[in-house]
Amino acid sequence: MAEVSLQNLEKVYPNGFQAIHDLSLDIADGEFLVLVGPSGCGKSTALRMVAGLETITSGTLTIAGERMNDVEPKDRNVAMVFQNYALYPHLDVARNIGFALRLAGLPKAEIEAKVGEAARILELESLLHNKPAQLSGGQRQRVAMGRAIVRDPAVFLMDEPLSNLDAKLRVQMRAEIARLHRRLTATTLYVTHDQVEAMTMGDRVAVIKGGLLQQIDEPSVLYGSPDNLFVAGFIGAPAMNLREARLELANGTWTVHLGHSQLPLTDGVLETKPALAGYDGAEIVVGVRPESMEDASLANADLPRLTVEAELTEALGSDLLVHFHLDAPSVDTGDPDVLDDLDDKALMIARVDPRSSVRSGDRVDLAVDTERLHFFDPATNLAIRS
Amino acid sequence: MLTTKETVSTTVGSVDRVGRVVYGFLRSVPTWVLWLLVIVWTVPTGSLFLNSFRTRDAQRGSGWWASVGEGGWTFDNYIDVLSSSRQTGGLATAVVNSFAIAIPATVIPIAIAAMAAYAFAWIPFRGREWLFILTVSLLALPNQVALLPLLQLFAGGVHWTVPGSETVVTLFPDLSLAGTATAVWLTHTSFALPFAIFLLHNYIASLPAELFEAARIDGADHFTIFWRLVVPLSVPALAAFTIFQFLWTWNDYLVALTMLGANGSAYPATIKIASMAGEFGRLEHLLSAGAFVQAGVPLLVFFALQRFFVRGLLAGSVKS
Repeated sequence: MAEVSLQNLEKVYPNGFQAIHDLSLDIADGEFLVLVGPSGCGKSTALRMVAGLETITSGTLTIAGERMNDVEPKDRNVAMVFQNYALYPHLDVARNIGFALRLAGLPKAEIEAKVGEAARILELESLLHNKPAQLSGGQRQRVAMGRAIVRDPAVFLMDEPLSNLDAKLRVQMRAEIARLHRRLTATTLYVTHDQVEAMTMGDRVAVIKGGLLQQIDEPSVLYGSPDNLFVAGFIGAPAMNLREARLELANGTWTVHLGHSQLPLTDGVLETKPALAGYDGAEIVVGVRPESMEDASLANADLPRLTVEAELTEALGSDLLVHFHLDAPSVDTGDPDVLDDLDDKALMIARVDPRSSVRSGDRVDLAVDTERLHFFDPATNLAIRS
Repeated sequence: MLTTKETVSTTVGSVDRVGRVVYGFLRSVPTWVLWLLVIVWTVPTGSLFLNSFRTRDAQRGSGWWASVGEGGWTFDNYIDVLSSSRQTGGLATAVVNSFAIAIPATVIPIAIAAMAAYAFAWIPFRGREWLFILTVSLLALPNQVALLPLLQLFAGGVHWTVPGSETVVTLFPDLSLAGTATAVWLTHTSFALPFAIFLLHNYIASLPAELFEAARIDGADHFTIFWRLVVPLSVPALAAFTIFQFLWTWNDYLVALTMLGANGSAYPATIKIASMAGEFGRLEHLLSAGAFVQAGVPLLVFFALQRFFVRGLLAGSVKS
């Protein structure tokens, strides 16, 4: 087991494309760190640099305190699980898992014991003599995991290991990997584009966009106080509603003007975020989590309201999602995976109590918990927090 | 959940359409027409085969079809051809010579070409593309052009007298290989390499990169990757090339005759058969028997290697 440290890593490809900009991360011994970001953000490149499959243009990579920049992949004591598993198709499960041990020249009995142990942990014992072609997607995934854990490496590297599985299996394997990590307590660097995986699995999550680290923190912190617009829009599903607004002080009350709607802020908001006082009469970006809104008939009567028309409702059983129009322009967070329908037509989403009787086409009053609003400076895209 | 997406169609739509039209046309041809074509095509070979079991007199007296009724089959021609005790044959020794030429002349280029193809496909080095293009462009060089220079190289080496002095620089040593099977192997090897590298490179380059990356992390060096992954996964391509190369070297006449020269004891079956008819065609009735001895071996090789043409060798490795 070991800690991993990336100091000012940069990656520039021969064609001049810079995939990673000044990336610095410290992963503690035994930590599960998730790198998350939209497609093409450089997260896989970063992982492959740690693995030794990509050269490091500049900066320092250390594993267990040793500089690894120019060390061969096999000498870094890392194991990697690939997105498409990359099993050796001509070898059976036992030989796939034991491949690295055989290359290392371990005695046969020891290899057998270790492979057996890995197979037991992953419940692959009955499949040891099957070829990869005879396995299901989930089983192949487990073989790929087995190939990694059997080596007892210092660091596990996982490159979107669940993205080829169907939704149900993915949830199952997500829990299985988390369980495995608790059991092995190995330092793990996990890459995904799925923020749900990031939130549920990571001890800490690093959000990356365009090769730049946006924020690194515990999942709850990323969710509760995103540093900038991108993180705010990226973390959370359904995503945070982000709208252009204007902040005004009138008659001693701060009010957010969202299109034609108005949300008076409580004193508490300005007490926790005094910097907002500098935005009197200025443009500002307001972020509303779907769960910060509630059907007014079921909510605290003191909360300010938005009167809207429900365009669409989705009953999830545990929640009711209400999609509605708001005449405030939506904001581009810079996520390339989001469709570019950034006109006024973009819908807001509220997550309300399933007991609500609102249905598509109804006019509804939504109570907004203004203390849980997020504010961003439209010029810098940074959160206004202090 | 097993998905059977091994045959992912990447063909362009128009190619697909042409294929469908051709397929539709072929489907409309009645089977008996195809059988007729097969029979017409096979008649010359079949008649030669029947004649190989007939005596000289029978062959000269009537057409092969006559034998169907009158019979009178004999193995004498084959015995005459193969036995070395009589003046007539000695083909048995020549067949052994053919093996002695064809087997190394197949194995050596495959071993070299597979490693070269792996290097061209997966080991990044300076000038890789240009070297590959140069290698493949040698395909355009006619073998006949290089034959005599090669013989000179093997027989005397290459020596260069420095202008204006008496100094002679040996660029290639005199290996005295003229008349030896080694010269034939080396010649076949050099002629085979461009095509072999080209063929195997295309196959090996299409293997999934993640496999090699996984192996590198698992601790494999290039040789281990080559030996434990590339070779087993390239069996269909290797088998295909083995058949090509064995057929070509087994049936070769020109290279063997040029390199062996007057060394008759090393002649392969092709040369032996060509000279078998003897003076005034005295023994021409043996030619058909000789031809079938010569043709039998490549057939055996083909059927033996056929089972290695397996599809879906990569199934289950990566999911894309």
